[in-house]
Amino acid sequence: MRLVVVGNGMVGQRLIEALAARDTDGRWSVTVLAEEHRRAYDRVRLSAYFEGATAEDLTLAPAGVPSGTDIRLGEPVLAVDRAARVVRTAAGSYPYDALVLATGSFPFVPPAPGRDARGCFVYRTLDDLEALREYANGRSDGIVVGGGLLGLEAANALRLLGLRTSVVEFAPHLMPMQLDPAGGAMLRRRIEELDIAVHTGTGVTAIATDGDRLRVDTAGELALEADLVVFAAGVRPRDDLARTAGLAVAERGGILVDSSLRTNDPAVFAIGECAAVEGRCYGLVAPGYAMADVVVDRLLGGAAAFGGADTSTKLKLLGVDVASFGRTAGALDVVYADPANGLYAKLALTDDAGTLLGGILVGDATAYGALRAAVGGPVPGKLADFLSAGAPDVALPGHAQVCSCNNVTKDAVLAAIGDGCGDVPAVKACTRAGTTCGSCVPLLKSLLAEAGVAQSTALCEHFAYTRQELFDLVRVRGIRTFSALVAGYGTGRGCDICKPTVASILASLGNGHILDGEQAALQDTNDHFLANIQRDGTYSVVPRIPGGEITPERLIVIGEVARDFGLYTKITGGQRIDLLGARVEQLPDIWRRLVAAGFESGHAYGKALRTVKSCVGSTWCRYGVQDSVGLAVALELRYRGLRAPHKIKSAVSGCARECAEARSKDFGIIATEQGWNLYLGGNGGFRPRHADLFLSDVDTDTLVRTVDRFLMYYIRTADRLQRTAAWIEGLDGGLDHLRAVIVDDRLGLCADLDAAMARHVAAHTDEWRDVLEDPVKLRRFVSFVNAPSTPDPSISVGRERGQPVPLRLPAVRR
Amino acid sequence: MTVVWTPVCRFADLLAERGVAALIGDAQVAVFRLHDDRLRAIGNRDPVSGAHVLSRGVVGSRGDRAVVASPMHKQAYDLDTGECLDADARVPVFPIRVRGGVVEVGTA
Repeated sequence: MRLVVVGNGMVGQRLIEALAARDTDGRWSVTVLAEEHRRAYDRVRLSAYFEGATAEDLTLAPAGVPSGTDIRLGEPVLAVDRAARVVRTAAGSYPYDALVLATGSFPFVPPAPGRDARGCFVYRTLDDLEALREYANGRSDGIVVGGGLLGLEAANALRLLGLRTSVVEFAPHLMPMQLDPAGGAMLRRRIEELDIAVHTGTGVTAIATDGDRLRVDTAGELALEADLVVFAAGVRPRDDLARTAGLAVAERGGILVDSSLRTNDPAVFAIGECAAVEGRCYGLVAPGYAMADVVVDRLLGGAAAFGGADTSTKLKLLGVDVASFGRTAGALDVVYADPANGLYAKLALTDDAGTLLGGILVGDATAYGALRAAVGGPVPGKLADFLSAGAPDVALPGHAQVCSCNNVTKDAVLAAIGDGCGDVPAVKACTRAGTTCGSCVPLLKSLLAEAGVAQSTALCEHFAYTRQELFDLVRVRGIRTFSALVAGYGTGRGCDICKPTVASILASLGNGHILDGEQAALQDTNDHFLANIQRDGTYSVVPRIPGGEITPERLIVIGEVARDFGLYTKITGGQRIDLLGARVEQLPDIWRRLVAAGFESGHAYGKALRTVKSCVGSTWCRYGVQDSVGLAVALELRYRGLRAPHKIKSAVSGCARECAEARSKDFGIIATEQGWNLYLGGNGGFRPRHADLFLSDVDTDTLVRTVDRFLMYYIRTADRLQRTAAWIEGLDGGLDHLRAVIVDDRLGLCADLDAAMARHVAAHTDEWRDVLEDPVKLRRFVSFVNAPSTPDPSISVGRERGQPVPLRLPAVRR
Repeated sequence: MTVVWTPVCRFADLLAERGVAALIGDAQVAVFRLHDDRLRAIGNRDPVSGAHVLSRGVVGSRGDRAVVASPMHKQAYDLDTGECLDADARVPVFPIRVRGGVVEVGTA
């Protein structure tokens, strides 16, 4: 079915991302029509643009749009034909089954004569900011019309542009929507300390041009002069498109929708600032996100409803903390004001002082989290403590929302900890808390600490270091053996945790064959015998079949080997063939036959790259747009044998239909018309997780270089047995951090990572062939040291569906 | 009771901190060489899984005890006593010695 989204602002972007995440069957094909020439960006932080942030830094879609979404920038919608269910732009017509209007707002400009004069600006889009910056160059002062949230942001922008700044606010005090007069007055004091002139209680009546200067007349006596004027006096919903389409609008503007965000036409939704939900418009982004989530649920057949939104806010304006939450006036108001330090706090209570209704904080908003969570209940501590500076150290109530992005309460987090989540990644995976903006991660850490979960990072009793620290020790000190490492940095003789970990680190750093010298003794049984142990003590053998592509001749060899050695045969999920039931003394003979036919080890036994699965791609498939098999083969050969903290899986799909299931892999690649999309951090298994889009439409070289760095950075910094998904979640900053390191090279690591991968690629040899060619290693592959070719007499084989299977072993404990 | 000593391999054939399996009559014995060249022998059968695999486990220490971890489900077995440290289980312990560079395991 076809979904057309009008607008690619913050809320429109949230909609397509949430839909892509939840519409796993690909029920909707999505077209986005956007007026601006840029993809969605963070409008909330616009003034950061003047602090050195680039348009790229502000983008909300650093990795582009989800696969399968057709986004058309700079193509404003001209009309909606609801009868025909078609949207028209200058470039064409777009039929829809569902239409979402996310057209946002436009800046409100007071109806004063001269408001269009040269030097007058609005403050809404990056284009507005660019025009402002250009004009401000070489000028000295500016006036902001509007002393609310947006106006103070604009004032900050002018200050950052080096202009002397004045603010004119129509209401009697600053931030009239959030603050009371006393709070507004305190904020004014703080702002005036920054040499910003503040004029309240007066409106702009006219603007006159005087040469290159502007004169601003107000309703009072005041007349101001400046080089430029910025109107930032609030916004109005953009409902013009809806009006001309005959959709109902609210009395004071805004597209009228019900709690399912549907307009009076059931095929048309409206979300974000343009929507009037049951008559009410919301000018904040969080309610917009909630609306987007409701529409996604509805599109997928759900029954979610928008139940109003908390308009509590906490922000830093011009360096001053300001917060307001709940009702800002009650029967009983408790107020604290400290002009010397620029602090103001007010708590609104019921007449018995027993219930907190809301409050205002200016100058110090540390107590915001605890107080907001307490609204509706008693104040969580001594009133005086909250009213003076800082936040008292109080426990949050259980129903307090810890993660507002995903609506997770403290109780839910504690329940997850009680169920065994022992660290932040586990809590994230279990509750979704901290997985969106990440701002509550410090709180998650403190809840873990509060719950008494010891956050020991020691690998095991033998090493007080994390895997990453051990990796760096081995790398930097040039340590080549476990004995040297444990003598210098550990205690005892190691165990089944630290020995294989150190073996993997040594292997990742290129230390020769994994069974060379002392390394052999470190390996887990699978790596020690280059095969996977099964329940009866036999092993499975998996030859590499890169990309799942195999010639008939080789397929026949596998069949013959299985037949001749009596092996059970099964096709794996990774597009290769598992040969099971090989006794340890049979392994070299089996390998000899396979190696002679051109096979090599598939590393099914290692914490290493397993397979790169692929669909047939453009070679055969009538839908394919790239050669997915060719890329899968190249990637599998490039990364084969690479030892890592955990197994690594990959897949390449030749088109957006995604037949290779690439998004369930650690690194998945999906072909586009222009190149490849790279997805990182997916896995199947116990906690399935879709990979996140990391790069869009890149060429093969860029793709491979990025995957090289991703893998090497993972290998260097992940914990033992930590898959890429948990690793990324555990990174401070998540995917953004990863992008900063491996794309932007913020840590200056890329050359090193590239060199490490180049060494790996150059050093590859087949582990099976190496054993066959080394008589010393070969001698270990015996059933009994004193009867090398006598099969283990306890292994007994039955038959099931025409194949050999192990008979159940009597497991008797004594 | 008389102990019968059966030679199983040369000492030099053993890797430090690794095991091998030996077949003595019907008995499967797991033989280990420790990091300081001491030898230990225990039953090869992992009592938890029933598979004869203990000789293929990782050798190390837990506190002061020398242990091997079952390669099947990682329970640790004390190489001196045969006691399982992670489950209610025990494996037999065999005497072991070196004579003229040859490792011998004692059975009753």
